[in-house]
Amino acid sequence: MSNTTDPKELPGADPKTGERAIDPVSGYDTTGHDWGGITELNTAFPKIVIWALIVTHVYAVIAWILLPAWPTGNSYTPGLLGLDQGEQAIEGYQNLTDNRQNWMSRFESAEFDALQSDDALMALAMPAASRLFADNCAACHGTNGEGGPGFPALTDNAWLWSGDPEEIALTLHHGINTEDPDTRYAEMPAFDWMDRSERASLAQFVADLPDGSVDFESPAGILFTENCSSCHGEAGEGGLEIGAPSLTDTSVIYGQDVDTVMATLKQGRMGVMPAWSGRLSDAEINLLTVYVARLGDDAGDPQ
Amino acid sequence: MTASLTVAERRIGLLISILLALMGLVMAAAAGHGVMSLHGFMALALGLGLAFILGGSLYEAEAPADRLSRYYDAPTRFGISMTLIWAMIGMAVGVWVAALLYWPEGTPAWPATSFGRLRPVHTTGIIFGFGGNALIATSFHVLQRTSRARLADSVSPWAVLIGYNLFCVWAVTGYMLGSTQSKEYAEAEWYADIWLVVIWVTYFVLYLRTLARRNEPHIYVANWYYLAFILVVAMLHIVNNLALPVQWTSAESFPIWAGVQDAMVQWWYGHNAVAFFLTSGFLGMLYYFLPVRSGRPIWSYRLSIVSFWGIVFFYIWVGSHHLHYTALPFWAQTLGMTFSIMLLVPSWASAGNAIATLNGAWHKVRDDATLRFMFVAAVFYGLSTFEGSFLAIRPVNSLSHYTDWTVGHVHSGTLGWVAMIVFGAIYTIVPQLSGKTDMASATAVEWHFWLAVSGTLIYVISMWNAGITQGLMWRAYEENGALSYSFVESVEAMAPYYLLRTIGGGLFLAGAVICAWNCRVTMRRAVGHATDRPLVAQPAE
Repeated sequence: MSNTTDPKELPGADPKTGERAIDPVSGYDTTGHDWGGITELNTAFPKIVIWALIVTHVYAVIAWILLPAWPTGNSYTPGLLGLDQGEQAIEGYQNLTDNRQNWMSRFESAEFDALQSDDALMALAMPAASRLFADNCAACHGTNGEGGPGFPALTDNAWLWSGDPEEIALTLHHGINTEDPDTRYAEMPAFDWMDRSERASLAQFVADLPDGSVDFESPAGILFTENCSSCHGEAGEGGLEIGAPSLTDTSVIYGQDVDTVMATLKQGRMGVMPAWSGRLSDAEINLLTVYVARLGDDAGDPQ
Repeated sequence: MTASLTVAERRIGLLISILLALMGLVMAAAAGHGVMSLHGFMALALGLGLAFILGGSLYEAEAPADRLSRYYDAPTRFGISMTLIWAMIGMAVGVWVAALLYWPEGTPAWPATSFGRLRPVHTTGIIFGFGGNALIATSFHVLQRTSRARLADSVSPWAVLIGYNLFCVWAVTGYMLGSTQSKEYAEAEWYADIWLVVIWVTYFVLYLRTLARRNEPHIYVANWYYLAFILVVAMLHIVNNLALPVQWTSAESFPIWAGVQDAMVQWWYGHNAVAFFLTSGFLGMLYYFLPVRSGRPIWSYRLSIVSFWGIVFFYIWVGSHHLHYTALPFWAQTLGMTFSIMLLVPSWASAGNAIATLNGAWHKVRDDATLRFMFVAAVFYGLSTFEGSFLAIRPVNSLSHYTDWTVGHVHSGTLGWVAMIVFGAIYTIVPQLSGKTDMASATAVEWHFWLAVSGTLIYVISMWNAGITQGLMWRAYEENGALSYSFVESVEAMAPYYLLRTIGGGLFLAGAVICAWNCRVTMRRAVGHATDRPLVAQPAE
C-alpha cells in the first residue's frame, strides 16, 4: 500500500513538479486520487455555495433570536417575539369562535320554532350545519342522512323517537343505549326461545305487514299480537315513546325481508347512537337538531 | 454460493446454519403459537435448507485457487436478485394499497389484507427489502472496487444478506398477521429488531475489515457515505426500538419511551431513516456509479467532502420538523425547522456536484438510458431536498402537514431519487458481473426509463395537487366562521388524484418488472466474471 501524500508520488502526478493531469473539459487539474479509475477535479469551492450557506445560517440565527429555540436546562430561550404555541392555538380558536358567535349564540336557546321561522338565520346556519352533520353524523347516517343497513335514515320522516325538535335534541344530547345516565334505552329482545317454524311464520307476517295483506286472526297474526304488539303496536304501527319502529311503513333499519327479520328475531337488536353532550356544545346540538328536523320535513308527510 | 466458498468456509457456514435452525426451533417451541412461533419455524426451515445445501457440498470441488485475485461478486449478484424480488413485491403492494384508497370496497374480507396491515408491508418491502438489499449489494461492489481489495472474508457477506432478508420476511409476514409495534418504519417486533442488530454489526465489521485492507491511500467519499449509513442506522435502530417484551416467549412488547418523548425519538429515527438509509447510502451509490458510467472525474472533491460532513451534521437535528404544532415544545420545533433550512445547501451541493460531473458527458446522457437514470436521480434528489426544507418551515407545514403532499414529497424522493439511482447502479453492475458489456436488451432499459420517469411524474404531480387541495379545504372558513368543507368532502375531492396516483405507481411497477426480467436474462447468459481485479501481491511465476 502506498500511503504517501506527497503530491510528486501520487498517481497521475508529474514526478518532478508534482503537477497533475488537467481535465480538458473543465480546465481544472485533478486531486491525484484514483480509485479504480475514478478521479476528482481540484475545483475551487464555488462562491455561490458559500453565499448560500451564509444565507441559510443567517435565516437560522434570526429565527433563533425571534422564536423559542435553544434549551437551557430547565427552560429555553423564549425569543424576542415571545411566542407560545399553546396561546397562539387558543387565540386562533377564539377568533373563529368570535366570528361565529353573532349567529351561533342564537342557537343557545332551544326555542326551535322561533329559530326555524327566522329565514335569514336559517340561510346562514344551515350550510354550516350540513358540515357539522357531515363531520359528526354522516359516518353512520350517510352524507345526506340517507342512512344504511343498521343506521336509520333521517330523510324519510319516519321516526323512532319522534321528529319533534325537542325529542331530536334529547337523542343528540344523551344518545340511545349509551352509558349516559339519561340515555334513551330500547332493546329488541331475542326470540331465540321460540320454535323455529313459528319464528319463520312470524317473519313472513312481519315482511307482509307494509302492504297490508295480513290476517291478524291467522296463527302468525296471533303470535304477533302475543309477542310483538306490546312494543310495536296492535297493528305494527310502532311506538314513538319507547323507540319501537313502525313495521307498517316502508322505511327500515336492518331490513324487513324474511331473512333479515329471521335474523332479528333470532339474535335481537340493540343499536347504539352515541351521546354528543360531551363532544358538541349545546348550541351545536341545537343547530344539528334543526338541521335533522328539516331533513325529515323536506321529505313531506310520513307514508 | 457454495462453489465460491472453500471447504473450510462451507464448514463454518454449515455450523452457522445449524445454529440458525436451532435458534428457530427454540423460538418456535418457546412461543408455542402465534407470530413468534411461525417466525421460529421460518428460521428453522431456512437454517435446515442452508445446512443441506452446505452439507451436501462439503465434498465437492474446492473453490478455485485464483479466487483471491478476483473481487468477490457472488454475494452482490444474490443481493441484486433480492433487490429486484423485493422491488416487485413492495411496488405491487404499493400499487394495490393505492388502488384500495380509490376503491376501498375492493378490500378482501381477510384481515391480513386490510389497508392498515398492507401499508407497512409496502413501506418495509420498499425501504428495507428493495432499498436495503440494493445498498448492501452495491456497497460490497463499491467497497471492493474503491479499495482495490477483495472482501475481508467470504462467509460474513452471505450471513449479512441472508440474515437481513430473514429480517425483512419476518417483518412483513408479522405485519400481515397483525404483529406490529406501531412505529413508522420500525414496526417489526423486538426479536426481529435484536436479530437485525446482530446482522448489522456483522455488516459493519466486514466493512471496516475490508476497508482496512484497501490498496488505496485514501478512502473514497462513497465509502464515507456507506459507512455513515451503516453506523448511524445501527444507532437509530437500537435507540428507537428499545422495548420491554411482555414475555420472552411472545411477540408483543412495550416501547420504553412514552408520550411526546416517544414521538420525538420516533421521528428522530424516522427522519434519519430518510437521511441515513434513504439518502446517505444512495449518495454513496451516486458518487461511485455516476463517474464510472459517465467516465468523468467528480466535479469537485472539496464539495463532496463538505457536503458529506454537512449532511451528516445537519440531518441528525431535523426530525422534530415532523412534529410541528404538536405537544412537542416550540423550541424543539424551531431547531428542527432551522436545521432543515441549513441542510439544504449541503444537499444541493451533492446534487450540483453530480450534475456538474456530467459536464463533458451530456452526449452520453442523451444516448445511454442507464446514465440518464442517474441524471434524473440527481435532479430529483435536488428537487426533493429543496421540497423537504421548504415543508419544514412551520407556516408551510401548517398547510402541508397530514396531507398527501407529504406522500408526494416522500415518493419524489423514493421513486425519483432512490429507485432511479438503484436502477442506474443495477444496469451498470449486472452486465459487468456477468462478464458482458451491456444488458440483454437495451430497448427494455429504454422502456424502463420512460415508464419510471412518467410514472414518477404522474404520481408526484397528482399527490402535490391532492395535498394542496386537502390543505386548502381543511383550513377554509366562511365569513361567518363556519367551516367551508366537511372532512368527507375533502376525501371525495381526492378521487381523481388517487386514481392518477395508482396509474403512476402502476407504470413504475411495470418498469421494475421489465428491469427484473432484463436482469434475469442477462445473468442467465453470463459468460464469466467481472474482468477488473483487486491489487494483490502476485505470486512469483
